[in-house]
Amino acid sequence: MDLLAQQLINGLFIGSVYGLFAVGYTLVFGVLDILNLAHAAVFTLGGLLAVWLVEAAGLSLWLAFPVSVFCCGLLGLLLDRVAFAPLRQRADSNFSGLISSIAMAIIFESAALGLFGARTVRFPAHTISVHIWRWGGISITSLQVEIVAVAILLMVALTQFLNRARVGKAIRAVAENDRTARLLGIHVDGIIAFTFFISSALGGAAGILFGLYFDSLSPDMGRSIELKGLAVIILGGMGSIPGAILGGLAFGLSEVLTVALTGTSNLRDAVAFTVLFTVLILRPAGLLGRKKMREA
Amino acid sequence: MLDVVDLTVAYGPMEAVRDVSFQVREGAIVTLIGPNGAGKTTILNTLSGVVPVRSGRILLDGRDITGMSAHRRVSEGVIQVPEGRQVLAGMTVRENLEMGGYRRPSREAQRDVARMEERFPILGERRNMAAGSLSGGEQQMLAIARGLMARPRLLLLDEPSLGLAPLMVKAVFEIIRQVHDEGLTVLLVEQNAHLALATSTHAYVIESGKIVLDGPADVLRSDPSVISTYLGQTV
Ligand SMILES: Nc1ncnc2c1ncn2[C@@H]1O[C@H](COP(=O)(O)OP(=O)(O)OP(=O)(O)O)[C@@H](O)[C@H]1O
Ligand SMILES: [Mg+2]
Repeated sequence: MDLLAQQLINGLFIGSVYGLFAVGYTLVFGVLDILNLAHAAVFTLGGLLAVWLVEAAGLSLWLAFPVSVFCCGLLGLLLDRVAFAPLRQRADSNFSGLISSIAMAIIFESAALGLFGARTVRFPAHTISVHIWRWGGISITSLQVEIVAVAILLMVALTQFLNRARVGKAIRAVAENDRTARLLGIHVDGIIAFTFFISSALGGAAGILFGLYFDSLSPDMGRSIELKGLAVIILGGMGSIPGAILGGLAFGLSEVLTVALTGTSNLRDAVAFTVLFTVLILRPAGLLGRKKMREA
Repeated sequence: MLDVVDLTVAYGPMEAVRDVSFQVREGAIVTLIGPNGAGKTTILNTLSGVVPVRSGRILLDGRDITGMSAHRRVSEGVIQVPEGRQVLAGMTVRENLEMGGYRRPSREAQRDVARMEERFPILGERRNMAAGSLSGGEQQMLAIARGLMARPRLLLLDEPSLGLAPLMVKAVFEIIRQVHDEGLTVLLVEQNAHLALATSTHAYVIESGKIVLDGPADVLRSDPSVISTYLGQTV
């Protein structure tokens, strides 16, 4: 029983990081109907840059985190300018954008290799003081609590921003109909660039939290989360922010539960994706996706 | 107020609007009438800056705005209420109004939201509903109110009566008359030529991207070719 409770808690922790990663993914998709496949590479760079800032530049983690997140936001602006904006006028921009985002992912990954080397790194042990709480057989570390708190805080902040702030509403307006948004006086290109900034910043934040959680970062760490991130946003409903949060938690939980119930990690991915397919059979638009699947 | 000079607009090789010139005087209601595909929407969209011009000039109060970006034109007071209403269906009625005032200081805009909800009580009642759940007539009211939120000087209305029941059409034209009385200049595109000509001061007839006829609205109303082509069924 304790083992199950422990796994549920672990699932919540890792699920919140999946959710944070997926929220950035789905934000760009919601606005542009384009998958930004460089998102996982930004995730990697965010994590590695934060380690570098702590290790080589001597910053505290609480400073390295926002600095790295901001730099990832700038990478998002670069992505928009280089990979997406030039293709926006093309009739096939969804597809060509997908391809050019893969190209940017490869460039980012090479940059990660060149800058940080092909090695596995971790945050120095003294970076963060870890306290461990125990109740019976359950243990939770203060680091885990901080990770989930930061992830949830960022997701709540994003949701509030989109629902309440003037620019947040403009992002939703562009997501709904960019032609109409233009007629309303919204500077659509600026809003898109800003969306990329937020999306990539959140992706970088997820990379740092992921690296802290597993205590290991490497230039190929994006690989393991890339497909999961896609699965999470499909699970949650493409373009839906709450869906991505919920999908991330569901995905994290189903992973750790599989490990707990089968006793091995062999089936972990298989079961998680089975959950995905099952949900999609029952609800083709995803957990919180819009009912209407396609424009007529 | 608005001077359009030798405007030509093309989609790829096809010229949708050719050498069109017209004026809208301050305080006027000017109507463009013409058959489907004549290029009316294209003209409004080039005025709004969302479709590029191939050649020709657009002057607002004598100032050339031909190359101005769409959002700056909104700041200049050129506001379009587009064909098919185009409400932001997934956002609430209130949010649609707020987006109409996007370029204005938010406190002013908030005050105007309250004013719009007073003027169009149905929008106040439905403020927290998704705009997409409104009826067609209510959506048209919302689209017009959203346009007014920008405090336009020149209001471009693209087929505001399209697909509405007769009572709703009357209501829409009543609003057009009201905002005109309040000093707004209006450029109206309409299929309902009868009502449009009765409401406006001047009219242009456009066919296949060219202006074929123009004059004071009451003169066009008794023009035999206009009667046979555009007023045939409604007279
Ligand atoms: N985005 C576009 N791409 C290519 N051609 C277009 C586009 N929009 C309009 N056209 C063409 O330009 C011409 C003028 O279209 P426009 O929509 O301006 O006509 P309209 O007078 O508004 O017609 P309606 O009364 O049906 O609304 C048409 O032949 C149309 O097919
Ligand atoms: Mg039209």
